[in-house]
Amino acid sequence: MSTMTIDKSGPTRKVKYGSMSRDRTWALRWSYFFLTLFAIFSLTPPFYMLITSLKGSAEISAATNPWWVHQPTLENYVQLLTSNQFLRFFWNSAWVSIIVVTVTMLISVPAAFALARMKFWGSATLATGVFLTYLIPDSLLFIPLFKMFAVFGDLTGIQLVNRWYVLLFIYPTLTVPFCTWIMIGYFASIPKELDEAAIIDGASWFQTLTRIFIPVALPGLIAATIFAFTVSWAQFLYPLVFTTSTDQLVLPVGIITTLIKGDVFNWGQIMTGALLGAAPPLIIYAFLMDYYIAGLTAGATKG
Amino acid sequence: MADVSLRKVVKRYDEVEAVRGIDLDIADHEFVVLVGPSGCGKSTTLRMIAGLEDISDGDIMIGGDVVNDVPPKDRDIAMVFQNYALYPHMTVAENMSFGLRLKNYPKAEIKSRVTEAARMLDITDLIDRKPKQLSGGQRQRVAMGRAIVRNPKVFLFDEPLSNLDAKLRVQMRIEIKKVHQKVRTTTVYVTHDQVEAMTLADRVVVMNHGRIEQIGTPNELYHKPATKFVASFIGSPAMNFVPCRLEDAAGKLNVRLTDRLAFTLPPARAARYQALSRTDKLLLGIRPEHVMEARPHAEPGVEPFDAMLDVTEPMGMETLVYFTLEGSQVCGRVSPNAGAQDGSPLRLAVDLNNMHLLNEVTGAVL
Repeated sequence: MSTMTIDKSGPTRKVKYGSMSRDRTWALRWSYFFLTLFAIFSLTPPFYMLITSLKGSAEISAATNPWWVHQPTLENYVQLLTSNQFLRFFWNSAWVSIIVVTVTMLISVPAAFALARMKFWGSATLATGVFLTYLIPDSLLFIPLFKMFAVFGDLTGIQLVNRWYVLLFIYPTLTVPFCTWIMIGYFASIPKELDEAAIIDGASWFQTLTRIFIPVALPGLIAATIFAFTVSWAQFLYPLVFTTSTDQLVLPVGIITTLIKGDVFNWGQIMTGALLGAAPPLIIYAFLMDYYIAGLTAGATKG
Repeated sequence: MADVSLRKVVKRYDEVEAVRGIDLDIADHEFVVLVGPSGCGKSTTLRMIAGLEDISDGDIMIGGDVVNDVPPKDRDIAMVFQNYALYPHMTVAENMSFGLRLKNYPKAEIKSRVTEAARMLDITDLIDRKPKQLSGGQRQRVAMGRAIVRNPKVFLFDEPLSNLDAKLRVQMRIEIKKVHQKVRTTTVYVTHDQVEAMTLADRVVVMNHGRIEQIGTPNELYHKPATKFVASFIGSPAMNFVPCRLEDAAGKLNVRLTDRLAFTLPPARAARYQALSRTDKLLLGIRPEHVMEARPHAEPGVEPFDAMLDVTEPMGMETLVYFTLEGSQVCGRVSPNAGAQDGSPLRLAVDLNNMHLLNEVTGAVL
């Protein structure tokens, strides 16, 4: 703000030279205003969930202030965490997500490397094609997919519908295209000379990928991993369609189908379950946030 | 170590011919520099030797073996890139040893080679640092170290000094020359900087439009250029070209520049140009150092004339003077004590013993 003091000595220059810092001050004020607004907007639902999860069912149905707990209780948490059913959902979700993330990375990293670096006939078209498949909404795909698995079951006798592991085949249709796309962008930002140097040093394509590209593109890799995990963990439509037996359900669907009985909503447990379900991605984000941001931006700017 | 040969090498990208049939023989231990303006095909030629580009036609031989279809890793070459291309996640030592580790060399051997190369390049203290902690010059040394530890048949340099500032470039130029004197590995070096080419090379290959214009030692190229392109590309400030024609005058041969200005050729030059047509459109090529202030005593072949200076550039040890002859700008180098001033006349002299005569149409030096 030293420029402000200079302003006063030269009256004719006052507006011109002061405007830089004044502009900045105003820009910051507006930024904080909108950031605060946005923070309130996005934190209100989780806050409401937290408040409700700490209430007993009597207090929830009573006409008290919904934003305040008068008799806090951990009853909802105890009930959920000691219920085998809820833990079953949790483990199903965890297994599906971990396996899907692993499968996704095993497919999309080599795919992205091939599409970004090994210039072969049609590679550019294929790269665009990969991204386009991501743009097809799942609400369009679930019926044909369901039909496919049903027909597959009829033909081979291998029943996949209503098994939790059917999701291992379905989720990658969402995660692989997007992760491949992120990794293509990230790999493309690595200077061409780096792989040429590796090739001259005697590295094979595979060694170039594992010893140069993966370590250099680690932030991008972590960003893609987080993305794949989030998508798998939060997916709702596909598991709702493909799994129906209680022991096959994943967390988001499990909460909805078992805690809403007809027109009876067990709000306390629903909120608790949702909150507990949101915890794993939140913890992962908190630890890997810096990598995630670096990964997204570095891939974008081709630095 | 090995010699490198190119036989009628062609590189085509779709419709465009980037390299148009190059023949080049590089002897064992030789330091050859490919030089030319951007887009002349010099980098493409180097990359074809490295195996990073396929060749469209012709043969490339390293150590007598045709390597057209041999992948880069089996050609036993090492390359230094313009942007260093160091692996950012590895330390200096890891960068230098990467190639050896891939080939499963024994640890002790790797260590001794890295230590030796680091000592030669004076980067022993930096061995545990990551590339981002190094300056541009240090990174370039590491890139060279990575090439040296491999002990390859051929070193390839692709404009290695272009990213450095002027002072460092001079310093690294000397380093590269010293390294070559020690290891004596056959080297192909690409640059667009003719000073680099002249100072480093045993032989310089001047390229233009995908073809070789001339191959020769730095001195040959400077004093006996084969074409106008080479004559103008090599040397700084560049050679002057003034339109002229030959005329006979009283048993002597004159070169006439303007209606009022003609020089009598010295006997040796007259004999050489005697057979040329008197009507051909020619160019007089003369280097700036052969246009100097007139001396009081006459010297054979040195012809005085008066010039009206446009601009002068004092360089300290000499002053560059610019004037116009028949629409062509001419540069001369005079002593700082010659009294050259912007916009004032000066008596100059041209040393015709070092002149060149070029065909204006074909650009060939006659």
